Amino acid sequence: MQLTDLTALEMGRKIKEKEVSVREAVQASLDRIAQTDGGINGFVTVDAEGALARADEVQKGIASGQYSGALAGVPVAVKDNICTEGLKTTCSSKILYNFVPTYSAEAVLNMNRAGAVILGKTNMDEFAMGSTTETSAFGPTRNPWNPDHVPGGSSGGSCAAVAACEAPYALGSDTGGSIRQPASFCGVTGLKPTYGTVSRYGLVAYGSSLDQIGPIAKDVSDCAAILEMIASYDKKDSTSIDRRELDFTSALVDDVKGLRVGIPSDYLGEGLDDEVRAAVMKAADVLREKGAVVEEFDLSLVEYAIPAYYVIASAEASSNLARFDGVKYGYRAKDYDGLHSMYKKSRSEGFGEEVKRRIMLGSFVLSSGYYDAYYLKALRTKALIKQSFDRAFEKYDVILAPASPTTAPRLGESLSDPLKMYLGDIYTISVNLAGLPGISVPVCTDGKGLPIGVQLIGDCFKEKNIIRAAYAYEQARGRWVAPELAACEKKYDGAKACGLNNAYEIHEAVSGEMRKICGGVQKAASAAKEVG
Amino acid sequence: MANIISDETIEYVGILAKLELSDEEKEQAKRDIGRMLDYVDKLNELDTSGVEPLSHVFPVNNVFREDVVTNGDEREKILENAPAEKDGAFKVPKTVE
Repeated sequence: MQLTDLTALEMGRKIKEKEVSVREAVQASLDRIAQTDGGINGFVTVDAEGALARADEVQKGIASGQYSGALAGVPVAVKDNICTEGLKTTCSSKILYNFVPTYSAEAVLNMNRAGAVILGKTNMDEFAMGSTTETSAFGPTRNPWNPDHVPGGSSGGSCAAVAACEAPYALGSDTGGSIRQPASFCGVTGLKPTYGTVSRYGLVAYGSSLDQIGPIAKDVSDCAAILEMIASYDKKDSTSIDRRELDFTSALVDDVKGLRVGIPSDYLGEGLDDEVRAAVMKAADVLREKGAVVEEFDLSLVEYAIPAYYVIASAEASSNLARFDGVKYGYRAKDYDGLHSMYKKSRSEGFGEEVKRRIMLGSFVLSSGYYDAYYLKALRTKALIKQSFDRAFEKYDVILAPASPTTAPRLGESLSDPLKMYLGDIYTISVNLAGLPGISVPVCTDGKGLPIGVQLIGDCFKEKNIIRAAYAYEQARGRWVAPELAACEKKYDGAKACGLNNAYEIHEAVSGEMRKICGGVQKAASAAKEVG
Repeated sequence: MANIISDETIEYVGILAKLELSDEEKEQAKRDIGRMLDYVDKLNELDTSGVEPLSHVFPVNNVFREDVVTNGDEREKILENAPAEKDGAFKVPKTVE
């Protein structure tokens, strides 16, 4: 087994036992990125120099006892909407193409305090708006299981990087399924915590009332350990919740006897792929055999979650993204006539199509005359959806559901029809509306060899229930095997596959600056070419 | 399409959103918003009378704290991100004649 095949906790143990140095662990990831990321384009920025310097620092900290946690010295990839001091944070948008934060997100600080080494920043749908990672200004990320398919989104770069063993684990963010859906598409494990569990300080806001940072890793144990590390009460996030118990790893118990599991029958109807339905049933059988009580029930209101979500998320986005005006950071248009023209041109040239679509919709539903009919109506619907989950959790400890109606679509298939893309979020979105925790765990692959994950949803603050159920399922399933990437490396011309054409087009528009952004990708691309 | 978005509405929303759209983009935006609203109209099937709008899933109160400066002087680092700066300040186009 190669070093890069290890889970984050396995790697942490080897570092602790001095079998592997932090530098070796980091170098192994950097080598892997250089080999494979040209074809995958999971990273927007690779910080090789910074990661190696930090590796030596952490090694010393481990020796001195400063870093004693289970993940000390383990390298990590961070989604590019989570601020990292001194390391470019672009949200995969042209409008932030050169933004270097002067501070780190609280989740990142928590990781640093535990001895993490950041490898770089991962690709995503622009401002997390999308379900395929195709709306990135820096080109789409490819699915490591089949590069003709998308990795899902918006945390597609983070999930692909973990699936391709480029990073032992990653941070993502989830506003409507952006951790759980790509985790399912890429065959990795991803957890969205209860709203308020991980501080949003330093997470570039999209839909503030829905956004949560969460872990993406190779298995459930890793996710529990990572969540334990990044969760904290933070006064800088006014919606942060002071939770007493954050010992998520204590739920890693292979015992679901008597656990009440409900499967919403209204999730299993029209639109759900047969193979995905079979995977959900397979997971249900495993839990049943282990002593859980599994039954179907009617959740209700399922079809109202998506319209409510797009009104609420777009409204919040239109307000949150008002800060990008070409004054304080990022892109400023070259030709303009006065202040307002500068604002408008910078924003119009800096934002991509999907982002503009949502800002327009959000501005519309918040405008006077439409506010009550659309925005307040959506918030009332949200209240009803929350109530239907409350009723479900009176009867069940855990809800078992698909993560997505299908496996990963082919590249280009979703972008032509935004509404169709939105419908793909049907099983994940209501979880954000109700603030619940959810985890996506791989079950099997479909006939095309693409991974299928299932989702376990818990009541607010009941992460331990879903971690226990997911862990018990995983013990029966056995170790999940990473995809064979050899074919992908050979088949794809790195530069073309990683969408450099797209990046270069922007490069032309904004001149010399762009080359710096592409530095990491370019390096990886040329390395991939040599390998291929 | 049941929801027809007028030229005036798109102009107005463009002003609110601070976006300058080309004619082609405006036509596209009219179609996109119209189509989304047709879909969102589904919510009207639900009787929500008497239901309080839920802006936040947990009951939250204002979080008060003393206004104490905790960060240092980061002006230089912050200005490094500015598209244009002058004399330690953000530089913007002339706004008053």
